[in-house]
Amino acid sequence: MSQILVFAEQRDGQLKSYALEAISEGRRLADKAGAQLSVCLIGSGIADLSTAVAGYGADTVYLADDGGLTPYSPATYAKLLADALTATSATVVLLSSSSMGRELSALLAAKSDASLLSDVVETNWDGDHLVVKRPVYAGKAFLRVAAKRAPVVVTLRPNVFNAAEQSGSGTVEHMAVSVDQSVIVTDTSLISSSRPELTEASIIVSGGRGMGGSENYKIIEELADTLGAAVGASRASVDAGWRSHADQVGQTGKTVSPNLYIACGISGAIQHLAGMNSSKCIVAINSDPEAPIFKVADYGIVADLFDVVPALNDAAKELLA
Amino acid sequence: MKIVVCVKQVPDTETKVVIGSDGKSIDSADVKYVMNPYDEYAVEEALKLKEAAGDGEVIVLSLGGEEVQPAMRTAMAMGVDSGVLLKVENAALADGLSIAKALAEEIKTMEPDLVLAGKIAIDGYGHQVASMLGELLDMPVLPTAKSLEMADGKATIKREIEGGTETVTANTPCIITAEKGLNEPRYPALKGIMQAKRKPLEIKDVALNDEGVEVLEMSLPPKKPDGRIVGEGPEAAAELIKLLRDEAQVI
Repeated sequence: MSQILVFAEQRDGQLKSYALEAISEGRRLADKAGAQLSVCLIGSGIADLSTAVAGYGADTVYLADDGGLTPYSPATYAKLLADALTATSATVVLLSSSSMGRELSALLAAKSDASLLSDVVETNWDGDHLVVKRPVYAGKAFLRVAAKRAPVVVTLRPNVFNAAEQSGSGTVEHMAVSVDQSVIVTDTSLISSSRPELTEASIIVSGGRGMGGSENYKIIEELADTLGAAVGASRASVDAGWRSHADQVGQTGKTVSPNLYIACGISGAIQHLAGMNSSKCIVAINSDPEAPIFKVADYGIVADLFDVVPALNDAAKELLA
Repeated sequence: MKIVVCVKQVPDTETKVVIGSDGKSIDSADVKYVMNPYDEYAVEEALKLKEAAGDGEVIVLSLGGEEVQPAMRTAMAMGVDSGVLLKVENAALADGLSIAKALAEEIKTMEPDLVLAGKIAIDGYGHQVASMLGELLDMPVLPTAKSLEMADGKATIKREIEGGTETVTANTPCIITAEKGLNEPRYPALKGIMQAKRKPLEIKDVALNDEGVEVLEMSLPPKKPDGRIVGEGPEAAAELIKLLRDEAQVI
């Protein structure tokens, strides 16, 4: 029976939301093809995550649980994934377009002589072939691409696919681990932030050139915190040094697809629009009614953001209270 | 120190995508082509390392048609010593793995101490070729470097991960991909531009063994219906928040 393999990313014993999305999409593809779904879990002290993974539809969980697997080691993880691929003879391997998923997918593809289709937003079968839709030019266009040869490695864009719980109890296969020391992560420092990460956030409040300075982002952050949102920025505000490049949305920053994107003081340069135009709902706040951002916005307010953003925050607080 | 920098020529970020007559790739008429922005950081870092070492050689390696030479000449104008172009037809539709294999074959013969590239090419957004090179050349890969330190035969980078940063170390020779923030790429000086014209650029015909994927069609994002201007002042805020909750159902 044919097989689909999913890599379920976790950090610090927590499954990433996009890992659940990948498992669910794997389940959907497996059901359509009458295939089995295997999920590979790698880390240390993570045995209990097998149950969670099975709860999203895994038939088999390939578990590599070993003290040597923290911190993250790209070469070791890629080798384990290749082992799982050999063991399952999967024709499709799904990962997420996260920093870890991007790195591992390329290493795995080269190891396994497989093609890699990255940042995919849609998957379907055409007979035996997987056909995917993926953005190019940071979302200014899309390609439909067919995988002609198995196996094929695919990374899925976070926040696009639905995660759906299922009843199920996967069997667990324990994997043998040997740690490869060729690339060593010597330090991982996570910024303790109450805000979600940009590419995973379901709401993003973003500020552009109209912010006028780093100190003015306070009103953006306040609105973001009321909505449980991440804070984004345009290239202009990153180049001006007001925000870090980690916050940049656009063709030379991050490509995001939240449920709600609130663009404040962002004119809507084509390279910014490329990074956010797949957001499900877009709000533009800009004093210039001719700003291109209004062309992609679902809702707009033509006014000074310094008046509107605090008013939005008050209104949101009142409504959500 | 011998450093190979992989450079791709891509449409400028201001490019408006128009689909070409093949229905699978962009119409290149009226497109301004530039060096991939992330590759500029890779070139700058290579030049800085050579300058710090006091001697060495930096080679720019590209794959594509003859039309990609301007990006290579730009790298040379910045200070790169020489270039090799692997000439292929229709690289735009090629599979990343086949490109990585062709580049790896060439890099093997160069025996570099370091291979640098941009973290991603902003046209295909494939995010794969440089990391694949590591596997094919049996070299460690350090992707998306925001900073780089070289000491005692080791390279150490810092990179962004979801919600924080990671410090990662590997022995050289290795492959490093450049993220924005690694450095400030220099502008080619007039003297550099003149010199670049005389620097050696070797063109080699290669064939891609390309059967893994097939591009079926290119499409543009669906056109959205016109949005609604809710108001022209802060008094519209309450109405907007209501619409977001009740109509769009996103908060």
